[in-house]
Amino acid sequence: MSTSDGKFGRYGGQYVPEALMPAIEELEDAYERYVLHNEDGFMDEFRQRLRDFGGRPTPTQYAERLSERYDRDVYLKREDLVHGGAHKLNNALGQVLLAKYMGKDRIIAETGAGQHGTATAMACAHLDFDCEVYMGERDINRQRPNVFRMKINGAEVTPVTVGRGTLKEAISETMRDWATNVEDTHYVIGSVVGPHPFPAMVRDFQAVISEEAREQIQERAGTLPDSVLACAGGGSNTMGAFAEFVDDEGVDLYAVEAGGSSLSVDEEEGVAPNSASLSTGGEGVLHGARTKLLQDRDGQIMESHSVSSGLDYAGVGPELAYLVDENRVTPVNVDDDAALEAFHRLSRLEGVIPALETAHAFAYVEKNHEDLGDTVLVNVSGRGDKDLESVIEETEKRGIENAPDMSMFSGGLR
Amino acid sequence: MSRIPEAFADVRGGEAAASQPEADASGDGPAFIPYLAVGDPDYESSIEYVEALERGGADIIELGLPFSEPVAEGPTIQNAVVRALEGGMTPTRFFEFVEELDVDVPLVCMTYYNLIYRYGDDDANRPRAFVEKAAEVGLDGFVVPDLPAEEADPLREACDEFDLDLVFIVAPTTEGERLERIMEQVSGYVYVQARLGVTGARSDVSAQTDESLARLDDWDVPKAVGFGIKTGEHAERIVAGGADGVIVGSALVDIVAEGHENGDSAESVAARLETKARELSEGASRGFAQRTPHPERT
Ligand SMILES: Cc1ncc(COP(=O)(O)O)c(C=O)c1O
Repeated sequence: MSTSDGKFGRYGGQYVPEALMPAIEELEDAYERYVLHNEDGFMDEFRQRLRDFGGRPTPTQYAERLSERYDRDVYLKREDLVHGGAHKLNNALGQVLLAKYMGKDRIIAETGAGQHGTATAMACAHLDFDCEVYMGERDINRQRPNVFRMKINGAEVTPVTVGRGTLKEAISETMRDWATNVEDTHYVIGSVVGPHPFPAMVRDFQAVISEEAREQIQERAGTLPDSVLACAGGGSNTMGAFAEFVDDEGVDLYAVEAGGSSLSVDEEEGVAPNSASLSTGGEGVLHGARTKLLQDRDGQIMESHSVSSGLDYAGVGPELAYLVDENRVTPVNVDDDAALEAFHRLSRLEGVIPALETAHAFAYVEKNHEDLGDTVLVNVSGRGDKDLESVIEETEKRGIENAPDMSMFSGGLR
Repeated sequence: MSRIPEAFADVRGGEAAASQPEADASGDGPAFIPYLAVGDPDYESSIEYVEALERGGADIIELGLPFSEPVAEGPTIQNAVVRALEGGMTPTRFFEFVEELDVDVPLVCMTYYNLIYRYGDDDANRPRAFVEKAAEVGLDGFVVPDLPAEEADPLREACDEFDLDLVFIVAPTTEGERLERIMEQVSGYVYVQARLGVTGARSDVSAQTDESLARLDDWDVPKAVGFGIKTGEHAERIVAGGADGVIVGSALVDIVAEGHENGDSAESVAARLETKARELSEGASRGFAQRTPHPERT
């Protein structure tokens, strides 16, 4: 599935301002040399740091009570146990290390849920880089614990106020910074999105998830899974969890998107009350790549919506769009309420508090386990500590039924 | 052929100059190329503003078709885009706008690729449908900041078919093979980005400009410098330094924004735009007068 021309079928490419093109060519060259050909032992150092600093490998755990509930074997790939609490560190560490090999001296990043920003800030502290993170103002309010963590790790957090103040705006703003400071700065993009080589490179850094999981589940269950599920925002944990299974035709791959409050779209307002770009989007060009996008009939990008900020993005990685067109990946979605319910269910049944993003994948399993075969692998993309404030607020507001009584926190946590 | 080459005729010499005595509205040399976001802050005012630019000496006008994610723009133009979108600007309205405009100078559409790509109902006809419509309403060319030469083939083929120009941006970082690839594809003029970064008026003129112009010396294509030009003095310096034209956006959009915030009448804002345009185009002309004739071009 590797790409040399930056295209995945009709998707991908390099649609960026000319000022960035030389930097992108430089990055392409570095990606080929260091990542694909392990020049100067780059990949060896990356893997060693993933172990020692990142806490890899993460386990693939048998989920006893979910298995009982669904009457099939459910396994959890525990990316929530990676340092920082999400899969995001795999990519952030890879890119910051690459920036070091390339001789750059400043790192910028965008973040939605704050997990990528946190991972980048940690990698920058670890490898001694200056770091500036752009984050939508609305997301800053939804994900305060991660804002604290970024700052404590020495990163500068710059609020982005344009538009709805979420990930889409933060990416645009980071591209502007990059276009201004391209000569000494590397942009650590947070998912399998953006211009080539980012989608391929981020997938390669995240592929460690499925590399480990494939081996672990075979060892543990003696078989490959019948289905692999992961939540899809930009699609990095999805591509990471799928990469090594793409050639296993017997393994069904499900990308679970945020259905938000509804799959319909308010064309008039230019708003999609969901972030389901694979399920409902049209082909277009945004943030450097041709891919599937939430857009109106003129091609204006829509504001997306999800209760989880990490999924709240109008686009998706080009490779994922391609795999969906090829019928290799099945795009599905669940709504906000189902995700909140799944959040509480997993926490209660398994003692694993998932990120709200991750909870989407479990919400899909709850409703559709009968179609998923005997052995199901779910990628736990991150842990939910960052979400506790918004979960308490949203659970109360929506009257989520399977939740514990949270009234004792009312107004008190902030 | 588009009308763009005529606008550069008297700086560049050659036949077009002789056949087109009125090509340059300001009456002398270099091309002054203002930009406004179309529909900012509303359709009617915007028509008046663009027409005022021509009265102030515009030789070519860049009409910005607002896109929701303008990644190459600084805050000034970002805000203009938001105002225009809130005012209901769409590609369809944009084409109506161009048809309704009463100006004689060449018009260039500045927008992002997704709007060009998505136009029309026929999937098999992208991006040709947009170009066909642009030609029909009288546009002369395009600047598409998120479309590098590598991705431009489909659009350039459509432009060739309808005789429209495709202007490429050359950045301070563009050198060597990349520069050659772009210069071989460019038509109309090359947009020389004066410095790294995004659009926005600045108080100084970057030294990067001189280097960029020097790098382009061997290429026989009109060179228009943009990004950060704010005053007549800037325009003068840049043209004296060898540019064939100056592109000015944010400094003009600032006037629209200020008028909008103060609740000024469209008429008074238009008058201020005209005055500012004149300052810039006269600055450019002064710069041209200081220029020692380029040996190969005269
Ligand atoms: C825990 C977690 N899971 C998933 C995502 C979605 O991103 P992606 O689809 O790129 O994995 C995020 C994004 O911030 C996240 O923090």
